[in-house]
Amino acid sequence: MGIHRGHRARPLEWLAEKLIFGVSLSAILVIFLIFLFVAREALPIFLGRMNSAPVQPVVPVEDMDKLSPAELRRYLELTEKQYAEMDRETLRSLMEIKLEALRELPEEFRTDKDASVNTTQWRYLLLPYQWTGYDKPVHIWQPVGNIRKYNVIPLIVGSLKTTMVGLLFSVPLAVLAAIYVSQLARPRVRELTKPAIELLSGIPSVVVGVFALLVMATVLQGMFGYETRLNAFVAGIALGFAVIPIVFSIAEDALTSVPQTYTQGALALGASKWQAAWQIVLPAALPGVFAAVVLGFGRAIGETMIVLMVCSASVMSWSLFDSARSITTTIAAEMAEAVAGGHHYRMLFMLGAVLFAVTFVSNMAGDLIIHRLKGRLEGKRG
Amino acid sequence: MTATSSSSPARRRGFQAERFDFSSFFFSGLTGLATVLILAILVAILLNIVLNGWDGLSWRFISTIPRKDFFDPDTTGILPMIIGTTIRVFVMTLFVIPVGVITAIYLTEYASHTSPLTRIIRGAVNNLAGVPSIVFGLFGAGFFINFVGRNLDAVLQSAKPTWGQPALVWASLTLAVMTLPVVIVATEESLRAIPMGLREASLALGATKLETILKIVLPQALPGIMTGGILAVSRAAGEVAPILFTGVAYYMASLPTRLTDPFMDLGYHVYVLSTQSPNIEKTRPILYATVLVLLVLTFALNFVAILIRARVRKRLRALH
Repeated sequence: MGIHRGHRARPLEWLAEKLIFGVSLSAILVIFLIFLFVAREALPIFLGRMNSAPVQPVVPVEDMDKLSPAELRRYLELTEKQYAEMDRETLRSLMEIKLEALRELPEEFRTDKDASVNTTQWRYLLLPYQWTGYDKPVHIWQPVGNIRKYNVIPLIVGSLKTTMVGLLFSVPLAVLAAIYVSQLARPRVRELTKPAIELLSGIPSVVVGVFALLVMATVLQGMFGYETRLNAFVAGIALGFAVIPIVFSIAEDALTSVPQTYTQGALALGASKWQAAWQIVLPAALPGVFAAVVLGFGRAIGETMIVLMVCSASVMSWSLFDSARSITTTIAAEMAEAVAGGHHYRMLFMLGAVLFAVTFVSNMAGDLIIHRLKGRLEGKRG
Repeated sequence: MTATSSSSPARRRGFQAERFDFSSFFFSGLTGLATVLILAILVAILLNIVLNGWDGLSWRFISTIPRKDFFDPDTTGILPMIIGTTIRVFVMTLFVIPVGVITAIYLTEYASHTSPLTRIIRGAVNNLAGVPSIVFGLFGAGFFINFVGRNLDAVLQSAKPTWGQPALVWASLTLAVMTLPVVIVATEESLRAIPMGLREASLALGATKLETILKIVLPQALPGIMTGGILAVSRAAGEVAPILFTGVAYYMASLPTRLTDPFMDLGYHVYVLSTQSPNIEKTRPILYATVLVLLVLTFALNFVAILIRARVRKRLRALH
């Protein structure tokens, strides 16, 4: 809003204004910090610096002098400070402990070909692999046990499954409701229904989770008669409840921002209210509706508690009626047991970084589309 | 527009009321049906929670500090959870409201509409609103606890980790970051609803720009700022994912007394009761009662916020 001062600001006021400006940058700063600190914890995975193999090549104690100090330090997994504080004898005994630890492992484990595999490498993260005891290559996420398996494909599939069900359920409902509320309803009805639908977004996701877990799972199983009571389908529908308000508000906003003259013109030419809404207003506001879907996608893929409560077994399956474990669920459920700084911990941060990147892009896209649409519609009005 | 209107056949048509158009009737009905279905979902959730939760609710339940085994319906209570949630949300408002309001003031009163920086700030605010809550949790753990907290411990030379571990203050700060867009958007909306004439009159009488903002604009915008605060509180009160790694405790024998204490939380307790109960049938009444308390807390606030916002929006519309 532009009221401009003709004179220079007083010193104190100048200071206050600079302060206001500084604080207003906080949103940018926060986005930057989120990116920085989530990525920072995940960086060793991205750079391939982690090694999760439980059995690693050992160096005989006699060969100690053949290693350079840097190699020795890395071999013994010491920080530089720790290394500097140790004398030769301590280092030697550390090497002996390492040898001893290997000898104490069970024989069949030590000779297992998988035990010396670094499972944090990209090909084990993305491609199927035939682990000992499996009869074909599989995608598997199993961060506990002797050999930690970190294949992220089941989690991505789980996220996509629940998100797609959620969007397929919520988008048609929300968009139709938005058309009704913004174009067809009488003003009195509009004033009541709009806040009511927005109230839906005020229900905490744990509450939706409880409702899905105790009521919806049973009802839907009765309706469709599938086997597993808690599955990706139930989680997806429950996700839909969380997505409806966001898609509705944005779509409704886009539809309302189409100038009234469009509708009036159509009505004057003899169109019915529905025809005006469907053939004139909706096409004009289509980018906004699309943005609503994009932002709804971001909301659905980032939702944690609903999926966590409804289904969380990690199975690689495209079937909607199997359980699914999404990316968010995995982070929430496993963070507590992951050792800070370990490969499991870094892996979870990597998932978080990927999730952040995906939602960042979808948010940016949605924001840009809406901005353009508004600009265009306002330009036409003038 | 021309493409769509010319593509429909130029039939002769009287006034709407004279001829009945079946497809219009059908599809209008469909949109109405969708609206009704959404409202039905809302009502179903609310009724289910209220009807089932009512029986388990008692004064003893609300005012008792439970012992270690909080799955027993006869002795359990949720006092520490109510207090924990209230404190974490209150501390959050101390951080988020000043920052959010100042940002909104900059965006409406100072920033030029066309400058790229304004556009970037707005983009960041919108983007922040869409970041998944679990990512905020990771951020809180990675930044507040592992970075700020650990370094604070090192600087203060605390004997054992006090700041570098999950704590009330870190959970509140994480939530403050998460709810920042809520406060900014609501405040901005109410600032825009204030007539330009008020500002001009104040400036014409010799007030400086800052004086105008502090003494004329802000008092007028108070309802909007309140709405933002209330919406932020209601959103934060129900969120569990951001506090999972930043401060919530499964069980604590005593109430939190310092900012560096972990705390128990209503939403997290709902999660624990519903997924980790040894006997779900037995704990169902207390689960529903806890959900009801959480819902009343968040919903009552939301309802008030929506009422105030409706009023602000009406005023905004009257201006245009």
